[in-house]
Amino acid sequence: MERNLMKGNEALAEAAIRAGCKCFFGYPITPQTELSAYMSKRMHKAGGVFLQAESEISAINMVLGASSTGVRAMTSSSSPGISLKSEGISYLAGSDLPAVIINVQRGGPGLGGIQPSQADYWQATKALGHGDFHLLVFAPASVQEMVDMVVKAFDSADKYRMPAMILADGLLGQMMEPVSFPEINADVHDKSSWAANGHGNKRNHHIINSLYLKPDELENSVTDRFARYELIKENETDAELYLTDDCDILLCAYGATARVVKSAVNSAREVGIKAGMFRPKTLWPFPVKELNKACASAKCLLDVEMSMGQMIDDIKLAINCSKPVHFFGRTGGVIPTPAEILGEIKKIGGAV
Amino acid sequence: MAVVFERPKSLIDVATHYCPGCTHGIVHRLVCEVIDEMGIEGDTIGICPVGCSVMAYDYFGCDMIEAPHGRAPAVATGVKRTNPDKFVFTYQGDGDLAAIGTAETVHVAARGENIVIIFINNTIYGMTGGQMAPTTIPGQVTQTTPYGRDPELAGYPVRVCEMLATLTGTALAQRVSVDTVPHIRETKKAIRKAFENQKEKRGLSIVEVLSTCPTNWGMSPTEAIKRLQDEMIPYYPLGVYKDVTAEGGNK
Amino acid sequence: MTTEILLAGFGGQGVLFAGKILAYCGLMDGKELSWLPSYGPEMRGGTANCSVCISDKPIGSPLVLEPDILIAMNQPSFDKFVNSVKSGGKIFIDSTLIESKCERKDVEAYYIPSSQLADENGLKGGSNMILLGKLIKETGLFSKETVKKAVEKAVPPTKAKLIENNIKAIGIGMEN
Repeated sequence: MERNLMKGNEALAEAAIRAGCKCFFGYPITPQTELSAYMSKRMHKAGGVFLQAESEISAINMVLGASSTGVRAMTSSSSPGISLKSEGISYLAGSDLPAVIINVQRGGPGLGGIQPSQADYWQATKALGHGDFHLLVFAPASVQEMVDMVVKAFDSADKYRMPAMILADGLLGQMMEPVSFPEINADVHDKSSWAANGHGNKRNHHIINSLYLKPDELENSVTDRFARYELIKENETDAELYLTDDCDILLCAYGATARVVKSAVNSAREVGIKAGMFRPKTLWPFPVKELNKACASAKCLLDVEMSMGQMIDDIKLAINCSKPVHFFGRTGGVIPTPAEILGEIKKIGGAV
Repeated sequence: MAVVFERPKSLIDVATHYCPGCTHGIVHRLVCEVIDEMGIEGDTIGICPVGCSVMAYDYFGCDMIEAPHGRAPAVATGVKRTNPDKFVFTYQGDGDLAAIGTAETVHVAARGENIVIIFINNTIYGMTGGQMAPTTIPGQVTQTTPYGRDPELAGYPVRVCEMLATLTGTALAQRVSVDTVPHIRETKKAIRKAFENQKEKRGLSIVEVLSTCPTNWGMSPTEAIKRLQDEMIPYYPLGVYKDVTAEGGNK
Repeated sequence: MTTEILLAGFGGQGVLFAGKILAYCGLMDGKELSWLPSYGPEMRGGTANCSVCISDKPIGSPLVLEPDILIAMNQPSFDKFVNSVKSGGKIFIDSTLIESKCERKDVEAYYIPSSQLADENGLKGGSNMILLGKLIKETGLFSKETVKKAVEKAVPPTKAKLIENNIKAIGIGMEN
């Protein structure tokens, strides 16, 4: 397969188009800008719609409109912009609309910084807007996975009628790596039973809505959705297990951090420490089974994030706090180094 | 016997939740009459706001989408851009359109988005119980301006048609009223023109309808109509503020 | 084995582009590789740098903190990164713009008046490619053929003159 050299942001955009994304609504923000720029060049030629909105809020609502008519729609931003989109994301979830949202994370809170970060884990997996709901959250760790996961995100979003997020970061967005585009056979979902694209006097009118003024009706709509979430938890988790069969210490990391962690795990092995790595590729649903399998032989876990420690909550829950879970993180846009992580492994490894 | 009056086909035969004397019903009916006359119900997608008309999706027979507060123009943009051959309209109140959704409103016009906005201006937030709106007139008493709107404190109202008329992308900006039969006929003509503009891809058409809110104004329906005539029309003069099809293009 | 390269200079000197050519070289040779730019406001007139990793194995962190090879195109970059180079590493210095000498004895420093050479040969903005040519010659990282193919891949065919000039500049670097 032909290898291309592309930035993560561009590869993701190209893959989205190949996956049948018919419209992209964006707003400029570093470090995801190349994604919009690429879309503005390519989308029109691909017969789709590119539009730069007046705000992140408008962009997500344009997605809501397009998706309501049954079209594959996407928007992208970086952390502060995602906060603005959270209103629309909640409405998408409440209206059972598929959509793909990209977060190329940067440091926060507030305007924060523009360097890579993973400080939006809680936001993405727990609270991307008001109300009881979840998003599918995918965490790529390479430019190739940016491609593979965006295709998966569109398919899953359609399959389960819910928004999906690619939780990337500035490092993955900005870096170039060899990437190939496999033959993409995007799933085709029949949306004719709900799409509001004009009834043509052939059916009853469709209503896309998230308003239920009667509490029992709202409760029913939410519990229906949560029944679907159970199916998703059962079937859609994904994780990479690296050298976990005999590991004494299991490192946990996702996204760009996992690349650094893998280097550290290799170095640890070279000095005789049995380290392994668990890398969730889906953050919601969190790969609980996979983590328990990965840590079977481990005496302790070390979670590494580009944040003050967010995924660590899910790790502790997943293993029911049955083993010590240590944490090492850098935040604010600082990328941890393999040497720092190896230092932590040695420190903890000594105590095992 | 000859039928001289009937419900428009695209207006669903259900009782609405609107208060007695509210003019939403008249405007709903006019929009549906136009949709029927143009034969476009099957090709139309309507966008509801947040506000009193939040549940208009239960009344309009075409496909309907309920938007977040103020975002109807953005939702409409997403619909129209991906379905350029369909008719798309938003139906919004003053709080939705001229306060929380000001950016969406201005930019949908700036882009000349080829949609119709039906804008209900009744100078008050109805659904939440009568708070000051961006169109509340100086001196007007509301729940949040209990001593009357004081411009020193709360600033001045937004005249939406006048503002949008300055934008190149606006095809039609017209203020109408539903206080009298002639005005109601005028309103229908404006709505028809707005949808015709969309058919001819002329850009953004906004029809601002001066309306009443007897409940939150604390008036009977007839008193409310009188207030509309005596206080609102002088502050919000009726007329065409921009019409690209008119002689010379502009009023 | 992984070779970690850091290229640094002023925005506009073609630091990112030179890194891109190295990345394309890796692509042409079927290697694993990564290219990571510094991004943000410092790109506009301030310092710019980029990290390139070339390896036979998948790349871990793409961020180069301790390079095997440094290309320094201005004084601030030289000052900032000279001590981060691994012992036994190589530093390629534009001696037209950088007056300092490398005082470290555990690294190999190459002084090339690349800006001056570019001007003399009518290759405006070609200093980056001259340094790159020198790097290729001294490290043997890639063959001349690979570099040529990389340039042809990285520059769109519509800019044939640019391809020609870049290859010429690399050639000058390799002769010096």
